Amino acid sequence: MLLLVGPIPIRDLPFSLGHVEFTGEGFRVDSQLLDVNRGTAAMMSAAYSICQEFGLESPMGAVAGDIGTRAGSVKIYDYLANNLELEDVSVLTLHYIMPDIARNKNFLKELNALDKRPILIADAGAMYVAKAGGDAGYYDVFTPDLGEMAFLADERAVHPTYTRGFISDLEDDVPELVRRAFASNNAARTLFVKGKVDYICQDGKILETIDQPNIEALEPIGGTGDMITGMISGLIYAGKSPVEACRIAGRVNRKAGELSQPTPATQVKDIIKFIPAALKEVLG
Amino acid sequence: MKWFKKDVKEKMPGQSEAVTRGLLIFADTGSVMQAEQILKEESYDIKVVSPPAKYRSGCDLCVEFPLVEEPGIARLLKQIGLPPIDVLPVSKNGLEPLRLCRTKDFGNYLMVRSANMKITIDKKTKRIVNISGGGCPDVPYLACQMVGRVLAESPEPVMIGFSLCAYSLNTAREEMLKIAGGEDASSGRPHTH
Repeated sequence: MLLLVGPIPIRDLPFSLGHVEFTGEGFRVDSQLLDVNRGTAAMMSAAYSICQEFGLESPMGAVAGDIGTRAGSVKIYDYLANNLELEDVSVLTLHYIMPDIARNKNFLKELNALDKRPILIADAGAMYVAKAGGDAGYYDVFTPDLGEMAFLADERAVHPTYTRGFISDLEDDVPELVRRAFASNNAARTLFVKGKVDYICQDGKILETIDQPNIEALEPIGGTGDMITGMISGLIYAGKSPVEACRIAGRVNRKAGELSQPTPATQVKDIIKFIPAALKEVLG
Repeated sequence: MKWFKKDVKEKMPGQSEAVTRGLLIFADTGSVMQAEQILKEESYDIKVVSPPAKYRSGCDLCVEFPLVEEPGIARLLKQIGLPPIDVLPVSKNGLEPLRLCRTKDFGNYLMVRSANMKITIDKKTKRIVNISGGGCPDVPYLACQMVGRVLAESPEPVMIGFSLCAYSLNTAREEMLKIAGGEDASSGRPHTH
């Protein structure tokens, strides 16, 4: 099972668990109909598209309402800590959860007690809490953007907002940021660094960069990074290695962006719908 | 004041420098951001910094303030219903939030980034067309509340958000207000960096 986890920005939305389904109005998890937008929703939508294209079972989604008060995030942490052994999860992706080091460590403790540990992917808040708690080594894939990569490279920062200026200034030197992050054990085994040039790294080595097609307008569009994380999740679930999944997702993201002919005002749901066509082009 | 003076006497191990600043610890980041706004409006020499390790959950701020200002600050915070949950003395500055902003011009659109948060406006209409980056769960919520609104009329992230990402987005929004050539009509107060 591919399990996708993260809060949805709706106050008081109850915890919901179910296969992700798409309707003409949005996507559904359990009985909750949700808008396809940035954040967890964009990640789930992209993963769903990949699963559809590979003829796989629809991902399982675990969501709860959280507008930043931690309420939904706490429900998700508790679900993960108490119920993971009940599910046959092979790939687990965590997303916009509010960082809570103690709860995340509790979840990781339960995860590591499983007989078969799922491949663990983290982006956004889930990546922040992993690094802040000194737990990055438990994760298989992180998908930082440049600002987040600088955060991973700063061994003292507990959140991207605290990244020290001299490290933030290194954003044009991604290899150095990658080196620092791995040297301080603050990176997952595989990194997909999102930017004008995407970097795919494993065990501290940069294996590949992707810079074409260069669609400048994608940078301001909220949710394009979430889309990459969702595609990587779906591709790993489809049997690709983390590095191969990153290679494909990076290219599909750029191709889908190109097909959508975006401006900086484009919304991510208008790019996600091009994933099937972009995937076909990339895989030939 | 009782809560404060008790803590001043309890020096940290190995601490030998003069204690001239204190930390106000709050229950959540949203309270910190509100307290910061109000204390700055009252011209207190304060700044937000990372709290000590024992108070960290991974998305935290606290307020560093001059000890000599304690009576007035304590009274004000009590009056507005934002009492801190703890107060600590400090002898040196903690880590400060990154307030450096970068701008990128996309022709008809302008983007400002602070730390991990980006805000983009249509230069002609001054409407916010996108918000991206960030990782805390209030980011998608803030985007829902702000995208499509005229920049100066959009809500301040620190007033409706709860996380450090909201704090960074607020910094980016303030910078955009300065660049886009308009005072923040929604608050009527100057922007500080």
